Amino acid sequence: MKKLFQEFLRGIVKENPTFVLVLGLCPTLAVSVSVINGIGMGIAAAFVLLGSNIIISLLRNFIPDRIRIPCFIVVIATFVTITELVMKAYSPALNRALGIYVPLIVVNCIVLGRAEAYAQKQTVMNSLFDGLGMGIGFTWALILISGIREFLGSGKMLGYTMIKGFNPALVLVMPSGALLVIGLLLGFFNILKNKRA
Amino acid sequence: MNATQFLSIFISAVFIYNVIFSRFLGLCSFVAISKETKPALAMSLSVMFVTTMSSLITWFIYRFLLIPFGLTYLRTISFILVIATFVQLVEMVIRKISPHLYRFFGIYLPLITVNCAVLGVAVLNSDMFFVNNKAVTGSFYYSLFQGICVGLGYALAMLLMSGIRERLDLCRVPEAVKDFPLAFIIAAIMGLSFLGFNGFKF
Repeated sequence: MKKLFQEFLRGIVKENPTFVLVLGLCPTLAVSVSVINGIGMGIAAAFVLLGSNIIISLLRNFIPDRIRIPCFIVVIATFVTITELVMKAYSPALNRALGIYVPLIVVNCIVLGRAEAYAQKQTVMNSLFDGLGMGIGFTWALILISGIREFLGSGKMLGYTMIKGFNPALVLVMPSGALLVIGLLLGFFNILKNKRA
Repeated sequence: MNATQFLSIFISAVFIYNVIFSRFLGLCSFVAISKETKPALAMSLSVMFVTTMSSLITWFIYRFLLIPFGLTYLRTISFILVIATFVQLVEMVIRKISPHLYRFFGIYLPLITVNCAVLGVAVLNSDMFFVNNKAVTGSFYYSLFQGICVGLGYALAMLLMSGIRERLDLCRVPEAVKDFPLAFIIAAIMGLSFLGFNGFKF
């Protein structure tokens, strides 16, 4: 039980996919304009991660080593298609806001990376908790980035105006603002890491 | 189908909605390989080739397989499989035909399979040039041209960035922002200048 909890925690802090492993940045930067989008993308990616981790670890003794990557991609793409259809049916507004980045979860390096590095060697239970932890790690990173961008870039949080008369820095909700925020955050986490070492 | 449409695809794909600075597709390879100009050039040429060819192939699949049989929901899965297979095939062919070329491109080709720019341009084409599951006039040429232009935009960003990072080696930068963080901050400043192209509309 304690081991499972460690698997779970690892994705959230020590091997956070966004800030430590620096994987899967394309959707992170593109959709983090508002917190709602960030949460939506985070949950979608977490669902795909969880599902593909479980299925791949179930199939790990049946997939031949030489063609494992195409097999992984088919499993991942299936879950992405499920997510896409569910999102289209129940939350068309979110689907429109996330646009082409929903199908692009397929090529998100985190998902394939976990399948390759973890799920194909581990038991189902371990992979489940790993997928859950990585998914939550990805989601909180997205919420942090989109929170900073939405607050400083449009003066709002979750769509509500926070400070009256606050003059927002529009550049942060533009694409280049995303690059700036992630660059500074990575630098900040490096300082924290160097301090501790 | 007219010349203005092609011009507007060119301007928007290369400058206004540049794959890297505005759409954030293919960031991983952009940050990892842009340290020197020569590998950056090799990578951009391979990306250009693959985006062009995959626009071509996925257009045929979408138009003649997925739409007639009402299978458009299989878009993601079929596109990624075809692209992965195609990239593998190119790698095998290059290895057989020219070992020299293989040494130049070979190591970058497998990376392109998971480059979001390639799948991104295929998805964009099927979103932009098909209305209600019907191909708009000239959609084939538009898709092909957009594939080329997205590759060009990637090459432009890659070459600019590698030029800057080569000079950066001579500078003293703070320990905390070395490598990745600094690359993102530079990309942010370059992206700002690309915002200026927003006024270019046809």
